[in-house]
Amino acid sequence: MEAASKLDVEAVRADFPILQRRIGDKTLAYLDSAATSQKPVQVVEAMRRFTEHSNANISRSVHTLGAEATVAYEGARARVAEFIGAGNPSEVVFTKNSTEAINLMAYAFQNAVFDPSADSRFKLGPGDEVVVTEMEHHANLIPWQQLCLRTGATLKWIGITDAGRLELENLNEVITERTKVISFVHVANLLGTVNPTSQITARAREVGALVGLDASQSVPHMPVDVTELGVDFIAFTGHKMLGPTGIGVLWAKADLLDAMPPFLTGGSMIETVSMERTTFAKAPAKFEAGTPPIAEAVGLAAAIDYLDKLGMENIRAHEKDLAAYMLEQLESVDGLEIIGPRVPIGRSATVSFTFADIHPHDVGQILDAEGIAVRVGHHCAKPTCERFGVNATTRASGYVYNTHEEIDRLVEALGQVRKVFG
Amino acid sequence: MNLDELYQEVILDHYKRPRGAGLREPYEGESHQVNPTCGDEITLRVHVEDGKVADVSYDNVGCSISKASASVMYELINGTTVNDALAKLAEFTELMNSKGQSEGDEDSLEDAVAFAGVSKYPMRVKCALLGWMAFKDALVRAEASIPGRTDA
Repeated sequence: MEAASKLDVEAVRADFPILQRRIGDKTLAYLDSAATSQKPVQVVEAMRRFTEHSNANISRSVHTLGAEATVAYEGARARVAEFIGAGNPSEVVFTKNSTEAINLMAYAFQNAVFDPSADSRFKLGPGDEVVVTEMEHHANLIPWQQLCLRTGATLKWIGITDAGRLELENLNEVITERTKVISFVHVANLLGTVNPTSQITARAREVGALVGLDASQSVPHMPVDVTELGVDFIAFTGHKMLGPTGIGVLWAKADLLDAMPPFLTGGSMIETVSMERTTFAKAPAKFEAGTPPIAEAVGLAAAIDYLDKLGMENIRAHEKDLAAYMLEQLESVDGLEIIGPRVPIGRSATVSFTFADIHPHDVGQILDAEGIAVRVGHHCAKPTCERFGVNATTRASGYVYNTHEEIDRLVEALGQVRKVFG
Repeated sequence: MNLDELYQEVILDHYKRPRGAGLREPYEGESHQVNPTCGDEITLRVHVEDGKVADVSYDNVGCSISKASASVMYELINGTTVNDALAKLAEFTELMNSKGQSEGDEDSLEDAVAFAGVSKYPMRVKCALLGWMAFKDALVRAEASIPGRTDA
């Protein structure tokens, strides 16, 4: 490792038993953390301990286990709030994943259509505009696209430059007085671009629009402080940050959550209920209908403890080093073309590429035979693929446990791919 | 993992030199299929004449498995009767769903038995079936557009 990184990667790797796995006769090189990260023993152990010792439903039972489970669940909420610099734990809504968190936001607008007393910030109709970018994961495109189709509002987007950056030159034409909400990706999952936020948030304030971030690929990899960012909402997911699947987070400003109609309705989200009508609980309970992912919340809190112990600045430095090494090594492969920024500045350790005319599915299959796990396909970002004229890419992504040696193996295995398909 | 089993020479050969590729006239049925997990696509046309598959033409983008499979399918069903083609479709689909337990009947499936190894890779079965699904769909459309056909 370079001196810049303060991570003891070998010690980190020892916490992830899966990294010892063999694929056939090869040691696993897991370069697919942008899809989902692996979990350290500390996370698995925290969930096991909770399940074996304190498992119960939350917020309703008077017995000891019920109380312990409630404390654990609400403790996890407070831990998340602290981690992202939120003013108040009640601004943290647990969801299933980022996708559900973004849908929750989009449906606040859609449900407001049917509510004459709805807050004007959520009133959307013909003549209003919603802004995203061309580099969104489908999770932050389709909910807004469908919302616009249903309400008659217009969907607009910020384009991508040839270098894989946001096209901000004409920002004032894309975001206008008609814009009601802007939701954009913080770190792009296919391109690896880390988007600057201040210009967009400043423009949002200027026109009085709400502004939010899909932070799925940023919260796991760099310090994220919602107060510093000056946004109204962010969404991220547990399983990409060393935590379990089945739990995600919507953070939104308290006054916004208060004004938003609920998304899913049912148990646990009510104040009083009669056969004719219901009054709703205050946020965050208003948005957490049904039994939530309790053990998963415990696991997410343990993942945050783990990340905090490593230090988010150290993680960022480690990944900057990985990104630089990956770009340098991959650029040296004949016939390989990087899709996305080619310099390790404003960039994550997620690198997509095409390789000669060989289909990424085939690249991924040969790499798998060498024990190397990468993602292939359109990465739920078809418009990005289209922008760069490709059907699919191969994507390698690094995290806290990845090493230069694994990148060397990737490069070497690409030679094998060339042999089979050359 | 035995890659040779997956990427047999015959598959790579069909991939590099696809048979019957390109869209042609005339045709009665056309189908467009995509594999949503990887973005592979195929547009396929069927020309039916006197109860026979008189032509299958296609244009596709995709991985070696999906492209080779379309090419092998072309060789297998072009010029056969519609009923024979449907039988091959059923037989190939069964082979792909065999999870590596079947070797396939070479007398009947010819080059398509090379895909037996694919059936062990659940993520790739869809690739191998994409062209066949397009054929099945195009045939339904062709038959809907030909009046008087009753023997399907």
